[in-house]
Order: sequence, then C-alpha cells, then structure tokens
Amino acid sequence: MSALSTLDWLALALTAQVAATTTLALLLLSTPLAWAIVRMRSRLRVVIEAAVALPLVLPPTVLGFYLLILMNPEGALTQALRALGFDGQLSFGFSGLVLASVIYSLPFAVQPLVHAFEAVPRNLLDAATTLGAGRWDRFRSVVIPLSRRGFLTAATLSFAHTVGEFGVVLMVGGNIPGSTQMVSIAIYDHVEALEYSQAHGLSLVMLIFAMVVLSAVYAINRRLVVRP
Amino acid sequence: MSLQGELRLQVGGFVLDTGPFTVPLQGVTVLFGPSGCGKTTLLRAIAGLEKDVQGRLSFAGQHWLDAGRAVRAVDRRVGFVFQGAALFPHLNVEQNLAYAQRRSGGTVAERNAVVERVGIQPLLRRSVAQLSGGEAQRVAIGRALLTKPQLLCLDEPLSGLDWQARDALLDLVDELAHESALPILYVTHSAAEVERLASRVAFMQQGRIVAVESFQHALSQPRSPLFEQDGPTTVFEGHQERGEREDLRCFVTHSGLRILLPPLAAEQRGGTRSRLRILARDVGVALQPLDGISIQNQIPARIITLEPYRFGRVLLSLETEPGDRLYSEITQLSAERLALAPGQTVYALVKSVALIR
Repeated sequence: MSALSTLDWLALALTAQVAATTTLALLLLSTPLAWAIVRMRSRLRVVIEAAVALPLVLPPTVLGFYLLILMNPEGALTQALRALGFDGQLSFGFSGLVLASVIYSLPFAVQPLVHAFEAVPRNLLDAATTLGAGRWDRFRSVVIPLSRRGFLTAATLSFAHTVGEFGVVLMVGGNIPGSTQMVSIAIYDHVEALEYSQAHGLSLVMLIFAMVVLSAVYAINRRLVVRP
Repeated sequence: MSLQGELRLQVGGFVLDTGPFTVPLQGVTVLFGPSGCGKTTLLRAIAGLEKDVQGRLSFAGQHWLDAGRAVRAVDRRVGFVFQGAALFPHLNVEQNLAYAQRRSGGTVAERNAVVERVGIQPLLRRSVAQLSGGEAQRVAIGRALLTKPQLLCLDEPLSGLDWQARDALLDLVDELAHESALPILYVTHSAAEVERLASRVAFMQQGRIVAVESFQHALSQPRSPLFEQDGPTTVFEGHQERGEREDLRCFVTHSGLRILLPPLAAEQRGGTRSRLRILARDVGVALQPLDGISIQNQIPARIITLEPYRFGRVLLSLETEPGDRLYSEITQLSAERLALAPGQTVYALVKSVALIR
C-alpha cells in the first residue's frame, strides 16, 4: 500500500463520501418516487418510468454535458440554490458530484424499489386497512418490512454504481486531484502516466472492497427472505 | 338495527349494482351465489375497501356512504377475514395479533382472551409460514376480533381447507355468532355452509342482491338456488335428547317432532342448538306405517303440495303433526301408483339424516 500517495487516499476518501451521500439521498428520494410510480394508474406512469430509466441508456458524457450546463454558476439552478443560502458552486465541487451521481444512479435505486413494492400483495394492505392502519402506517408497517431486500438491492446498486462512475464525474467534477478526483479517474490517470504500481494499489483496494461488500450483501439478503 | 343501502361499482368489466337491500344486524347473514356474481366485491365495498363506490350505505344508523361522502375503511370498524387469511408474513402469530390489538387501543388482557377464545395459544410463537390453512384462518379470525369490530366479514374463509379444518372453523364461527352480539356477513358458494351457519341468506346473481330471506324461508322455496347441487333439503333446528333406549339419541325440533338418530351422528355433536339435515331424495312415503323394514323414522304427515320436479320426479311438501315442513322427492311413477294428492295423510320414511351442527 505504500505505493499509494496522499492524493490517492484523498481520491478513495472522496469516492466513499460521494457514494455514501448519494446512496442516502437516493434512498430518501426513490422511496416516495417508487411508491408513487407503483400506485399510479394514469398513463403518466410510462413517461415517468422512462424518464427514470434514461441514465441507463444515455452515454454518461451526454448526461454529464447537460448536467454541466445545468450547474453553470450563473445558471438558474445555482442562483436558486444561492437564494436558499447555498454559497458554493455546483460544478467542479462536492455538491455537484453528488447531484450528478444521484441523477445518474436514479434507476438503480428506483427500479428495485418499484419491483419490491409491486410484489407486496394487495390483500395484505387491505388487511392492514381493516386492522386500523392508515396510509402512512401501512407503508411503514407492511410495505417497508416486506421490501427489505428491495432496499438492500437499491442501496448496494446505488453505492456500487456511484463508486464505479467515470464519465459523469469526469465532466461534472473536472478531475481536480485532491478535490474532485474520484478513484476511477485516478486509476485512469495513473495508467496514462505509466504509474502501474499506484494503479495496482488503488485497483486492489477497490477489488477487495467490492468483494467484501458484496459478500456482506448476499449474506444479509439471505437472512431477509420472508416466506409468504 | 340493520345494514341498509344500495351500492353501485364498476371493477374492470364487472358491474356491481345491488339494488336496495336491508340486512338485519343479528346472527350470520350468508351472501350466497355462484362464483363471479360479486359477493366478494360487495363485501369489500361494505368494508370500505373498494374505491369509487356509488350509492348509499348505512350501518345501524351510521352513514358509511351518502351523497358521494364515504367513511374511510379504517373508521368503519369492520373486522375482515380474507380468503387465504392474509396474515403478515414478516410477523409471527403473536405479532399479527398485536398489530390489530394496538391499533384498536386494546389491552394485552383482551388479546389473551381472544387467543383463548379462538384456541391459538400453542401457535403464538410460530411464524406464519409454519401454519396450516385452518390454523392461519383461526389466527385471522382472532386478529379480526381484536379490532373490536361492530361487524365481522368473512370472505370464503374455508376455501382450500380439508374437511376437518372446515368443520372446526364452522363450529368456531357459529359459536362466535351465538355467544356475542357481533353480526356476521359470510360469503360462500357452498350450500352446506349456508345450512350449517345461516340465520338468513342474501342471494346474489350477476352483481345484484336478488333477495334477503330468513334461513327457514329460503329453505321453503323448492326452487331455491341453495338446492342446485343436492336437490331440495330440509333442515330442522332443535336439540338432542336421550331416546327411549339408553344407547340411542333423539333429535327434537322446536315444534316437538322427534327423530331417532343413528348412534355415530349423535356422538359427533352434542350441542343444544343442533341442526338436522335431510335430503328430499332420502325421504320416501308410504300410505301406512310399515313393519319389517329397517327404516326407523316413519313420520305421519299431510301432503301440502305435490309438484313435478326435475328428471321425471315429483317433489312433495309434507307437514308433520307438530307443524314442521319436510320435503320428499319420489318418482312420477310412485306418485301415480300411490294416487297421492294434496291433503292426503302419508308416512314419511326417512332413510338418512345428518347432524350438521
């Protein structure tokens, strides 16, 4: 590990931080969104589902490009955030990285939750209603516990996808070492500069990390199975 | 005290349009009709589980649906037992019960009383997946009772259960109806369940409530839909007594008619509120009492009506001495040979009886 420089460690720390924040934000955002999609009867559902799935299809650079324009310091979004007390800049900064990651990884959080919510039998919700549970109570006491595996999948995919992201964070973050450089880009830079030992070091850290996390996830997943 | 209303609802291609109905809130009212006639949809609409229901509905003076304003399902206090029980798979039996008890503001003591009542003490720690179908329905009934309901709805609770489990659950529902003032709505397409439980029957056909009749009145119609499977059937209500011989028991109807019971049937049920079922095709007639025949129940009766029934048969409506009605189904040929006519006195030969309660 001595091959890793301070900048490499900063890239690792930043990646972990961005991924964790993104995952948290995605779970908070996707839960109501997925529930709204599942409950939606109108044709609007198709449009919303398509919009959520867009990042799966678009080249990351296309998304990154639009996001970069959206995050223009003089643009409407940044100005609106300033009015709310935000005093930084979105592009080439931490908030921009998180915002971009949230949008880029949105389908990876929403889709598992939609599937999980749809799998909750309707008669269990009806039963909860007749047992005196209101709307929020039903969601909290029936839907969420029966969707635990969906939440785990959503969190894992969001985190992993954010860690592995390249194009979008390159466009939006700008690859500033020690500030907005994420691991995936750092490895690329090392390879470009023929610094193979550092590329090896970072890659090995990522490999071990991924293996440990996935093993943990599968272990938890097995324990969460609810037999109907 | 009654459940009154007129409900209209469209679900996909199916239209529920009940027409005006009034159901007294006492005992067990069975919603009876063929599959797909809208029984379950009606039950769900009454419980408030269906959206966009039109019309009106009032329960004992409370307006549950009126001029487009609907009381929420949560506020109707209707206990609902679903087909297949619908227990929460992420909770064990005790937690399923606690779910209902906490939300109705009940105490743990009340919960224990219900556990005792429905007989699920040994199941409390079990996971829902480990329950048999009958056990799951027992838990579901207990869970529904813990909501302190003012009406209990059961939607085909016996479907998919073996006969022992059915039998035990029917006993439980019957006892609950009898020992508490809780009115019960029970959906089924099985005439046997009607005969066992019903205080009255609401007949449904193609989304409409065709009639709401008392149980005995429903049985007095020879063309009742109840008879489609097994033909016309007599169900006597009464109790059991010791017979003339020590080892034989007797069924005594409310009006005092005595019918000798086969030993096994009497052992199975000992209730004081029994029901005895006699199929019309198990009753023959003779012009005088017969000796030298194995049939012991020979009941003097008067022919009230005599009408052609299906398959070249004749259905006799008989009135026994104390005033009970009894169906007999014989062939057209027999009726002609015996020259049977209304007003005539005959002896009804009852070949087989079944204690159903």
